[in-house]
Amino acid sequence: MSLAARLVVVLVAWAALTAQREPVLVPEVSQSLIEVRQGFTGARLLLYGAVIDPEGAGGSGDYDIVVVLKGPTEPVRIREKARIAGIWMNAQDSDFRSAPSFFAVASSRPIGDIVDERTAAIYELGTEFIQLSPSGTIDPEEQARFARGLVELRRKQGLYQENPGGVRISEKVLYQARIDLPSNVTTGRYTAETFAIARGRVVASATARIEVVKAGLEGQVVTASQRFAFFYGLGAIALSLGMGWLAGRLFARG
Amino acid sequence: MDVYLPIANLSVNGLYIVLLGGLTGILSGLFGVGGGFLTTPLLIFYGIPPTVAAASAATQVTGASVSGVLAHSRRKGVDYRMGGVMVAGGMVGALIGAGLFSLLQRAGQIDVVISVLYVLMLGSIGSLMMREAIEALRPGLLGKAGPRVKKRRHHPLVASLPYRWRFYASGLYISPLAPLLLGMGVGVLTMLLGVGGGFLLVPAMLYILGMSGNVVVGTSLYQILFVTMVTTMTHALTTRAVDLVLAGLLLLGSVLGAQFGTQIAMKARPEYLRLALATLVLLIALRMLYGLGVAPDEIYTVERL
Repeated sequence: MSLAARLVVVLVAWAALTAQREPVLVPEVSQSLIEVRQGFTGARLLLYGAVIDPEGAGGSGDYDIVVVLKGPTEPVRIREKARIAGIWMNAQDSDFRSAPSFFAVASSRPIGDIVDERTAAIYELGTEFIQLSPSGTIDPEEQARFARGLVELRRKQGLYQENPGGVRISEKVLYQARIDLPSNVTTGRYTAETFAIARGRVVASATARIEVVKAGLEGQVVTASQRFAFFYGLGAIALSLGMGWLAGRLFARG
Repeated sequence: MDVYLPIANLSVNGLYIVLLGGLTGILSGLFGVGGGFLTTPLLIFYGIPPTVAAASAATQVTGASVSGVLAHSRRKGVDYRMGGVMVAGGMVGALIGAGLFSLLQRAGQIDVVISVLYVLMLGSIGSLMMREAIEALRPGLLGKAGPRVKKRRHHPLVASLPYRWRFYASGLYISPLAPLLLGMGVGVLTMLLGVGGGFLLVPAMLYILGMSGNVVVGTSLYQILFVTMVTTMTHALTTRAVDLVLAGLLLLGSVLGAQFGTQIAMKARPEYLRLALATLVLLIALRMLYGLGVAPDEIYTVERL
């Protein structure tokens, strides 16, 4: 056996051994399908699971858990108002190709205490690390300003959230995170990524999918307005004429 | 009562929306105005996207004007010929408005234009109403308030237009171009702002066209009815911003509110009501002016591409 071959065997064996010693994440989501129907005021999503340590429960395991829930991304244009001739109006704008419609981070401790900034940026652990893919050719300073504007706006709308302390770990094995989806969420496929982090390094990760759909009458209204716009318009006119006429009748009697 | 609005894509307190519709219903019961000029800005303050607010308010105004048109046509208070010309103008105006809407939307200035138009409109109506109400409450406070001799002749500009038609019910022999242009202007506003435009039409018909008073309100409602219908359809086809649930709640409110309006009108002194309405209108105008001139609610806005 040549030296090189021996080296390969050793490397493979080492990789296998360390892989075995890596903990495994078993994630679960309380709801994999969220239906937006009449009376929908938002949903509370429970993301929970276990970190299984090959060295046995309560072994060396001292993990932090970070959960990132991301909504479908979409291209957006951010406009910035400026005061022109005494009136606040939109002046500059900047485009981003992949702004998530929803973004929430929950962690067992503040992100800054868990990982360094580089790791946080790689795994998008925080609203300031969202990869927005700016397009166009304005300078990075300005892009950063627009990105901050977007994050701030969506944070106010409850669409971007950061919740340090939003993950509870019990017995060093079970974790549980709550993320609240507001009523103004976009429909589509959401991904929940869970990271187990030890000593500033991501040691395990897992992904779960959540589907948000408009269902029932609400879903039909949206479909109708998109696909049968003409008949939808007729329906709206008929509704207003009918109710107005009915009101007139009630008046005449009263 | 939480209600999810499928097109506006958010959940609102349904009671609030019904009350808002009720407020405009009361106004229509009291003063015979559609009240769209209050619905749109109040919906925007509540967090409804401006386009959805304008589109759904237009749908509500249709409902609010139906019973009015029926009542006025029963007592022959509608000049159909004049109304028809204005509706034709209004339809052209709505289409122009739709073009302007998408043009401004692409330029990113639709919100600013809507706000500026509202400030101008509400500011002028509000101060006129305030003046009228104060004069009624304190005669002689604002100088001479004696009944002015009504000018029965129409505006000289109208008289100079060529190709005259006879409008028997209005008692006019004028060019149809004048009401056509008037209808067009109001149609643009209906599309952009979701207002019926009665508060503009009525004085313009009285003082610019010189129509006889007994057909003015009925004819303006007739124009509003048809133009808001066209506007609803245009919005449904272009902006896709008509929210049926929102419009339904507003309509429910205005149906109930209109009943209240007539009852209140019989009991309370109209001067105080007018004063209250003027105050409300001016407050909204000031609030919008603040957003335009001093500090906007948000520096950044997001548009989905």
